[in-house]
Amino acid sequence: MASTAPLAEQSLDQPLVARPANLWRDTLRNLLGQRSAQAGLVLLGVVLLMAVAAPILATHGETTNMLDAGETRATGAVRNAAPCIHLLGCAASKSQHILGLDSNLRDEYSRVIYASRVSLEVGFFTVGIAIIIGTVLGAIAGYAGGWADNLVMRVMDVLLAFPALVLAIAIVTVLGPSLINAQIAVAIVGIPVYARVMRASVLSIRERDFVTASRALGASSYDILLRRILPNALTPLIVQGTLGIAGAILDVAALSFLGLGSQPPAADWGSMIGDARNVVFVAPWLVLAPGAAIAIMVLGFNLLGDGLRDALDPRLNR
Amino acid sequence: MLRFVLRRLLLAIPVLFGIIFVVFALARLIPGDPCRAQLGERATAAVCNDFIHRFGLDQPIPVQFGIYVGQLAHGDLGTSLKFGRPVTDLIIERLPVTVELTLVALLFATVLGILLGVVSASRRNSAVDVVTMFGANIGVSIPVFVLGLVLAWFFAVVLRGTPFALPPSGRLSSGISEIPLTEVWGLTGMQGPLRVLADFVSHMTIFNALLTGQWGPLGDALRHMILPAVALGTIPLAIIARMTRSSLLDVMGLDYIRTARAKGLTERLVVLRHGLRNALLPVVTIIGLQLGGLLSGAVLTETIFNLSGVGRTVTEAITGRDYVVIQGLTIVIAVGYLLINLIVDVSYAYLDPRIRLS
Repeated sequence: MASTAPLAEQSLDQPLVARPANLWRDTLRNLLGQRSAQAGLVLLGVVLLMAVAAPILATHGETTNMLDAGETRATGAVRNAAPCIHLLGCAASKSQHILGLDSNLRDEYSRVIYASRVSLEVGFFTVGIAIIIGTVLGAIAGYAGGWADNLVMRVMDVLLAFPALVLAIAIVTVLGPSLINAQIAVAIVGIPVYARVMRASVLSIRERDFVTASRALGASSYDILLRRILPNALTPLIVQGTLGIAGAILDVAALSFLGLGSQPPAADWGSMIGDARNVVFVAPWLVLAPGAAIAIMVLGFNLLGDGLRDALDPRLNR
Repeated sequence: MLRFVLRRLLLAIPVLFGIIFVVFALARLIPGDPCRAQLGERATAAVCNDFIHRFGLDQPIPVQFGIYVGQLAHGDLGTSLKFGRPVTDLIIERLPVTVELTLVALLFATVLGILLGVVSASRRNSAVDVVTMFGANIGVSIPVFVLGLVLAWFFAVVLRGTPFALPPSGRLSSGISEIPLTEVWGLTGMQGPLRVLADFVSHMTIFNALLTGQWGPLGDALRHMILPAVALGTIPLAIIARMTRSSLLDVMGLDYIRTARAKGLTERLVVLRHGLRNALLPVVTIIGLQLGGLLSGAVLTETIFNLSGVGRTVTEAITGRDYVVIQGLTIVIAVGYLLINLIVDVSYAYLDPRIRLS
């Protein structure tokens, strides 16, 4: 009987300290044990390697015109030149360009490599902005309730009433075409999703006993939101965010494709495809190479997002 | 049921006003001078003043907004600055292109998606299942514009001269034309809303040819529709196939399926009659959710395949600073999207009586 007191203290203490650490460790183990997450991480590793080691992997400069680099028409420096790989029988008198040249005589392979930097940044920045604003709005709506909830959610309804790309095009037209504005436009369009997820989490968590207990202990609303509700609402936000990165990359690439995002001469997969659009029948590799690069990156985030969802939700294990 | 629909309609009203306000504000915020964008850089000040006055652009913005809302209430979407034609005419001419493209893409995605999902689920972990799910993962990851360009290149250039070659742009081959159904049915004298509907349908090349029995143009129109519809429908196809598979697998583990098997039904009957019926419910929701993505994708698909639908018209109007067209078309798209979502909600509640209509 004498041992009951310390035991009770322990059981009060232990779950609070030990469970969060276990949760993340379990999640990581679940995640790494899943085939889709493994594949996703491998693909993203490849893209990350491309971005980090771009100056080493690239054979030419991102924006270097081959005529300026000392090549001539005789060595194959013509517009939309086909890929020339010496190992595969391309004449040694021509200079080697694994994916050919684009219409401005730039090395396509090097541009595809360098552009991985842009897309990684686009994915994290765009979704980061959308998550931060969406989470704050969703938390306000869910926690305050009443007219604030109504106002925020009706504004979100209006944003959701437009097809995403149409609204993004309109916003970027107002802001002026540029990569950063395209990212802002796609972020704005993405806000409602995160606001809804956060609001739903807040609504379900705020009535739970441990929140009531905190309130009884005199915690401020700010404390309850930040220390009690936010950590418990993180799971759906992380899953949604990872899948959202894939969508954001696709949307920003679409804007760049239409000429509303990344501006020349910067290398960006979407705008490279947009530039090559009119020559796709004679130089399909100029569309295929950056297109495959986008697909690999988006596939990586999609697979990782699926894996995260399954790892964080034991009910969804299949 | 009626109360539920009315409630949803009432809730849509503030959203509708929000849409009108946002669209009007965005259209006015677009930098650049509408006169010079329409009449060219060399338009003189006098010409421009006249232009601005003619279209009421010299009024204060709030007054312009008031006038615009008043016009909207009368079903008047204004006159295009560029074409000098009523926006409603443009919509009757171009919306059908988008509607037709979206419908064909959705049909392709739904039929093939459910089929692949059912096959994958009933042969779980077989080669078919693994290949389908792998393909579905790739399918959701390829941008619409990349798929569209690659399809156009492959079917128009690589397969040129073979029976599988397909046209990469436009709606009908040059030299082939359709007689609009209003003429075939002798409706040219008709007026009013029915005439508008008839005109609308007659601008959908496939439906027009189908309804009036013009089989030659019908084949040509279908051939032109295949590539854009596949490009646009691939992402929803992948999503629908995945959803059907996982939903069917859930249902097939339930007790009533074991009962159905125990009473000796063939596996085919168990899956198709008992399993699929319940499994399709979440699929219906997913199909509804795809429509927004389809409309976004339509902008890109129309640009790539040279189809003059509303998506391409909006992007062109934005570059041309044609405020009136931007406003009109965006409002029509958003309102249409709002209505579709309402229909999806109502049909969902109708399909599943367990859902409370509140």
